[in-house]
Amino acid sequence: MTTARLGRILWSVVRVVIVIGICFTILQPLFLKFSVSFMDEKDLYDASVKYVPKHFTLNNYALSLSGLSYWTTLLRTAALSATVSFVQLVACLLTAYGFARFRFPFRKILFACVIFTMVVPPQVIMLPLFMKYRFFDIFGIIKAVTGNTVNLIDTYWPFFIQAATTMGIRNGLYIYMLRQFFKGMPKELEEAAYVDGCGRLRTFVQIMVPSCVPMMVTVFLFGFVWQWTDSFYTSLYLSRTQVLSTALSSLAVNVYSQYEGFGGTMNFISPGFVSMINNTGTVLTVIPLIILYVFCQKSFVEGIERSGIVG
Amino acid sequence: MQYFQKRGGKWHLTMAGKDGAAGILFILPFLIGFFFVFMPLIVESLRYSFSDMQVSPEGYSLTLTSSHGLGNYIRAVAIDPDFNLQLLTNLGQMVTRIPLVLIFSFFAANLLNQNFRGRTAARSILFLPVIISSGVLVALESSDLLVNTMSATSEMSGNELASFLNVSGFLTEYTSLPVSVITGLSSAVNGLYDIVIVSGVQILIFLAGLQSISPSLYEASSMEGATQWESFWKITLPMISPLILVNSVYTVIDLFTNENNEMMTEIKYTIFNEIDYGYGSAMAWIYFICIAVILVIVGSLISRYVFYYDER
Repeated sequence: MTTARLGRILWSVVRVVIVIGICFTILQPLFLKFSVSFMDEKDLYDASVKYVPKHFTLNNYALSLSGLSYWTTLLRTAALSATVSFVQLVACLLTAYGFARFRFPFRKILFACVIFTMVVPPQVIMLPLFMKYRFFDIFGIIKAVTGNTVNLIDTYWPFFIQAATTMGIRNGLYIYMLRQFFKGMPKELEEAAYVDGCGRLRTFVQIMVPSCVPMMVTVFLFGFVWQWTDSFYTSLYLSRTQVLSTALSSLAVNVYSQYEGFGGTMNFISPGFVSMINNTGTVLTVIPLIILYVFCQKSFVEGIERSGIVG
Repeated sequence: MQYFQKRGGKWHLTMAGKDGAAGILFILPFLIGFFFVFMPLIVESLRYSFSDMQVSPEGYSLTLTSSHGLGNYIRAVAIDPDFNLQLLTNLGQMVTRIPLVLIFSFFAANLLNQNFRGRTAARSILFLPVIISSGVLVALESSDLLVNTMSATSEMSGNELASFLNVSGFLTEYTSLPVSVITGLSSAVNGLYDIVIVSGVQILIFLAGLQSISPSLYEASSMEGATQWESFWKITLPMISPLILVNSVYTVIDLFTNENNEMMTEIKYTIFNEIDYGYGSAMAWIYFICIAVILVIVGSLISRYVFYYDER
């Protein structure tokens, strides 16, 4: 009896050590960024400064806020991410339900195609993708009517088209997750609805959708986060309009030119300065996500847990 | 013809037919996306890989490369001195990383599934990588000089610790493991952060699976006198095995198409900095075929051991 008790105590100690260790591994780089963002450039070259800045300053934030045009960019990014992830959530929900509940010819092959869309490296289709939206046309109809193709680059349409046709970022994964969820739901629910004379679409909307809200929150959050941090597609579709991810990748250069505008002199962009500004920008980009995450955490975790992604 | 039925001289949809039609209507977004958005892009990209592209102010023109259009592929495989080596190193690195990610995420999920104080906090922290290991943040991180130097110094102290403990030396001396395995292991330990950071989604999926195992199974087995160790091998592992398949597929996809994968950056560099679309596409296609082969091998290896509770 006592050995069992001893064993349990020992295990819980080991567990605490492991959990804290893993959490530290994840949090340490984040924390480093956070502390660097408050440092003065002098602190970077000072070997005695490790995490706590000696010359505490908010200067980096001031520079980054103006360099990113933070508040307008933030609003734009939030609106874009929210719409895109909502649209792709609806499209993926429909597709997943279709795959989970109905039998139709070539179902297995088509589902393999869903996986296929995930496996193709985006670089492979990058140039054709750009060409497609630069000279956009639907079966030559638009050209036949107006005499010209449409240029959709620098509009938000490419995002919406990709999202509505479930070709957005990692949509294959969402379809997979949602399909597994729907497969795990008891069939009796729908059968009861059919018996009561409810149509297929109405059954889906009124019975199935409300029961998978936690799962939907999860998919929405994934979509939101990955859209928010994506610079691959945004830099492809948007060249003049800035969202946070694209603004972030050119932040240091922007700040540098502004710095000169303020009458400051800098003969070259020092790597320390770049790193400081980039870290500040990263913190500014991540903070809204973390706030969102903390709010959705409960239903996020529950959603995944209840999904029963088995089989 | 289970979908149609002849009734009164006319063809009607049967019940199964109506279901099928409804199913196709439901997956319509995907069908449109796949056949009218995705496939044309794939075909186009294949065409690039078989061609030389000349870009001019008016647009671009494609000419078929030498040896019936295979010129770019031949150049990649037989002429380019770097490509083969790079591809093989990359594939080797990734393939060794797959089991590590799987084992770590399985272990972490098991840990998070137990009851202890601060579990919710630990869970939210372990899922944080889903946020911080995506897109532009990763790209910025790898280009960040300062943080890299800082982590290099901390790595150095880590190495000092390692040389103090000298685990790998110990292993070579006292065990008969081949040296390559030991160096692989020790580099894996040094690269723990890289493993942790890509395991977020996998941990979530495993955790979901663990939660869905019915507690009555464990109860019954402990009544029969099974130890925890036995019930882990006899219940947890078989029940979770479908998810091991899912996770390995996802891990392969995620590791290989990650934006800071060396092969991916190389392809991107060839396409955009050297402006060699044809050659870049050919490289990407060779790479893609390698991924597909690995995916099929991993999938078929693991699905042999997968256990389905309700085999239909």
